[in-house]
Amino acid sequence: MGTDAPAILEMRGITKRFPGVVALDNVNLTVRAGEIHAICGENGAGKSTLMKVLSGVYAYGSYEGDIVYNGETVQFSGIKQSEAAGIAIIHQELALIPELSITENIFLGNEPRKRGGRGSIDWRAAHSRAVELLARVGLSDDPGTKIKSIGVGKQQLVEIAKALNKNVKLLILDEPTAALNESDSQHLLDLLRGLKSRGITSIMISHKLNEIEAIADAITILRDGHTIETIDVSEGGVDEDRIIRGMVGRVLENRFPAHDGSTIGEVFFEVRDWTVRHPLVAERLVAKHSSFNVRRGEVVGFAGLMGAGRTELAMSIFGQSYGTKISGQVFLDGQEIQIRNVEDAIKHGIAYVSEDRKALGLNLLDDIKTSVVSAKLSKISSKRIGSIDAFKEHAVADEYRKSLRVKTPTVDEGVSKLSGGNQQKVVLAKWMFTDPRLLILDEPTRGIDVGAKTEIYQIIRRLAESGAGIILISSELPELLGVADRIYTIFEGRITDELPVAQANPESLMRSMTSIRKKDVA
Amino acid sequence: MTDTTAPVKKSGGIRDLGRMFGGGTSGLRQFGILGALVLIIVIFQVLTGGKTLDPGNVINIVRANAYVLILAIGMVMVIVAGHIDLSVGSVAAFSNILTVIILKGIDSAWVAPADGAGAVSKGVVMSLLAMGIAILIGVVVGAWQGFWVAYVGVPAFIVTLAGMLIFRGANQAVGHSTPQTVPSYLGYIGGGYIPDFPPYFPFSNGTVILGLLAALAVIWNEVRLRRRQREMGAVMAPQWVSIVKVVLLVLVLAFATYLFATGRPGTSFPIPGIILGVLVLVYSFVTNNTVTGRHIYAIGGNWHAAELSGVNIKRTNFFVMMNMSVLAALAGVVFVSRSLATGPGDGTGWELDAIAAVFIGGAAVSGGIGTVIGSIIGGLVIAVLNNGLQLLSVSSDQVQIIKGLVLLVAVGLDVLSKRSGGLSLIARFRRPGGDFAALDRPDVPPAENTAEASARPKSTVPNL
Repeated sequence: MGTDAPAILEMRGITKRFPGVVALDNVNLTVRAGEIHAICGENGAGKSTLMKVLSGVYAYGSYEGDIVYNGETVQFSGIKQSEAAGIAIIHQELALIPELSITENIFLGNEPRKRGGRGSIDWRAAHSRAVELLARVGLSDDPGTKIKSIGVGKQQLVEIAKALNKNVKLLILDEPTAALNESDSQHLLDLLRGLKSRGITSIMISHKLNEIEAIADAITILRDGHTIETIDVSEGGVDEDRIIRGMVGRVLENRFPAHDGSTIGEVFFEVRDWTVRHPLVAERLVAKHSSFNVRRGEVVGFAGLMGAGRTELAMSIFGQSYGTKISGQVFLDGQEIQIRNVEDAIKHGIAYVSEDRKALGLNLLDDIKTSVVSAKLSKISSKRIGSIDAFKEHAVADEYRKSLRVKTPTVDEGVSKLSGGNQQKVVLAKWMFTDPRLLILDEPTRGIDVGAKTEIYQIIRRLAESGAGIILISSELPELLGVADRIYTIFEGRITDELPVAQANPESLMRSMTSIRKKDVA
Repeated sequence: MTDTTAPVKKSGGIRDLGRMFGGGTSGLRQFGILGALVLIIVIFQVLTGGKTLDPGNVINIVRANAYVLILAIGMVMVIVAGHIDLSVGSVAAFSNILTVIILKGIDSAWVAPADGAGAVSKGVVMSLLAMGIAILIGVVVGAWQGFWVAYVGVPAFIVTLAGMLIFRGANQAVGHSTPQTVPSYLGYIGGGYIPDFPPYFPFSNGTVILGLLAALAVIWNEVRLRRRQREMGAVMAPQWVSIVKVVLLVLVLAFATYLFATGRPGTSFPIPGIILGVLVLVYSFVTNNTVTGRHIYAIGGNWHAAELSGVNIKRTNFFVMMNMSVLAALAGVVFVSRSLATGPGDGTGWELDAIAAVFIGGAAVSGGIGTVIGSIIGGLVIAVLNNGLQLLSVSSDQVQIIKGLVLLVAVGLDVLSKRSGGLSLIARFRRPGGDFAALDRPDVPPAENTAEASARPKSTVPNL
């Protein structure tokens, strides 16, 4: 990949202001034709804003600076225009309609018409074109399949097929692999390479540095709305540490806090023979005879591929918020307890931080202080009539703001304004406020930047050191190996292995995550 | 701690001023609606040559609209929780006819006390009894609707559409589709005034005392708030803000007192206004300051998150729906006791008036946003509009068209201003910084959860 290839895109001196804040300050980005260009930066660095400027979501005139695309200065006033110019953006949150078929989604708003048919849709043509497009992205599914019945990895590919249909020249992907498992991610990266060989340029925003390292030809790093640098990968010497240094402006020495297991006490929480059925398909067991325990001050990792039933297991324990016909026993301090609903769970000191903070963790209409206290209002309200003490609420939230270093001027700010990492801190604060004895964290660092991740690891550690038991569900093996004291592996609803972290390595974990080991087969 | 010397950002003061009209996160938005109300009043005052703010007319507006405003209180809670209630008119009609029939039954068994004070005490006892009976009917009817919405999981739109038919039919079955007269002693609830007492002045003593009490309450509340803020070391608004705020409110109260106290002899502040005032205070407190209120907003904002935060969704939905029926029954009593008749046509179209008030008052169709105060102001906008157009002798067909357009424009403006760059027109002044675009995006849960979400037990919250 020569640096002498012509630039397909040049964004010069882009400045984008929101009332009271400069989101982008004189940002420059040059993307050469046919390359895969990664954009890195912590959350809130301005990556998504920059891409919205490029794709016309923020219309020309609402920002300063020039966009030169294919040698011409362009002034997009909307996404339709940028699409017409061959720029397609695929958002992190996919824009597919679950109830429609693959074909219908690909051609949505762009339906092929019958000749002379006065607007009636030529489904036959659409279908055969869909088959073709799907083949190009490596999918062999029937294009009549509904979107909701294919996995998120395939949905991502359908999005790309949709873009290909529009004759895309410049494909922008915002965190394309954030929700994908290893093999789907790999497939997607291979596809990007394939598109590259056909001359399609890609811009990829990602937090997964190993992927960037593997695939990108050039990397532009943003920090606090400024361009820090553009690294040409072909020059060599680029590794994860190099990228992290650029992103955070410092060398992150210890991404994981040190722990030696000295704070670990006796077993206080135990689950025995836990079996959960799928809420709609009763014969499907989502968790199968799972038994595990947690000690005081211990971080227990749950490793498993997406769909292994980790979330379902956790949620079924957390007040039966998932599944039906749950059987098994839960012991707290050696006493069997009944948890019929989330209220019960919270009363027993169990907290669950969902993997999906926007859909399940937060009410995005709330401000920070309201969110922080929302899971245990009884702590700040009178017993008699349940009137809330607004001063206590404010004080409590402000304490968490300081101790968790939530980047916000005041706790009166709406949570929807915070970056992912800061939202996650608010969710953590919400559950820390319930004084949990057992804190279940489901993918607590998904979609948040390296700096915030490290802070969250430290928070986890601090909680464990204060005597709480932690269950950490994660798809990132380095994270589990770095933070947990002990790891259970889960495969198809079954706990397949249990290892102290000292004996675990990525290979052994991956083996147990993808197969049932002999010792556990009853 | 002297606040006047503290460097406080100007926006902080303005924000605080905005907050006094409703508080919470949507403060300035209501400030805007309040501005619209004031504007409409001024316009009609000019157009009608001063008739709009004539004491008699103001008193009349309160008496004629108290029932809609009572409905709006319940409706905003329903809408915030993400539901809708189409049955309020029918529920009120059913409750009315039943209340009146029961009351007449009691009446025939009534033995007047011998001491001659019977006439007064009978009216009071019967009025209270009527309200008590109506509330009980409201509880039963509301429990029925709440059961279907909360525990069976039928969308409230359907349940209350059914309720609209059922209770309209029940009204006609009970009352044999014929109008019934209402005993005149009930007139006090919907048509009465604060009684006057000696020494007699050219104004109503009772109303003046009420005004003074309200002014004292405003001052005391502010003093208490500041003392509490000082104790807790909270960030305080500069003192001038507090003073401006209190002075403004007291001036408004003084003006209102003047209007209500100087009407025709024999009139003063109307009793339905007092009932409304008490309800507004109680429900503002419930929605803003209690756990129940928080839960209502939490469910409307994101019921998945609410459920996973330990909110008892069923119980809260049940409460909200039942409460609405209770308030509908109460509004019914207030209404019939003014018109002194009840019949098969009672309460037709009430639900639409109440819903319009709530949306003009700034509530979101998708739930999670809205306030009691805002809805009251929204209701007053409609009331003043109605009244002003009548004073101008605009025919009722045109009045309807204008009302419809106002609703459309009010909500349309808000939607438009949101689309053209972030927050609503008014909220834009309020919130510095942040990713405004985040609010534009529809919050589609990431695809990986759709399977799970559909696998959960069906929501008790419909997507209206």
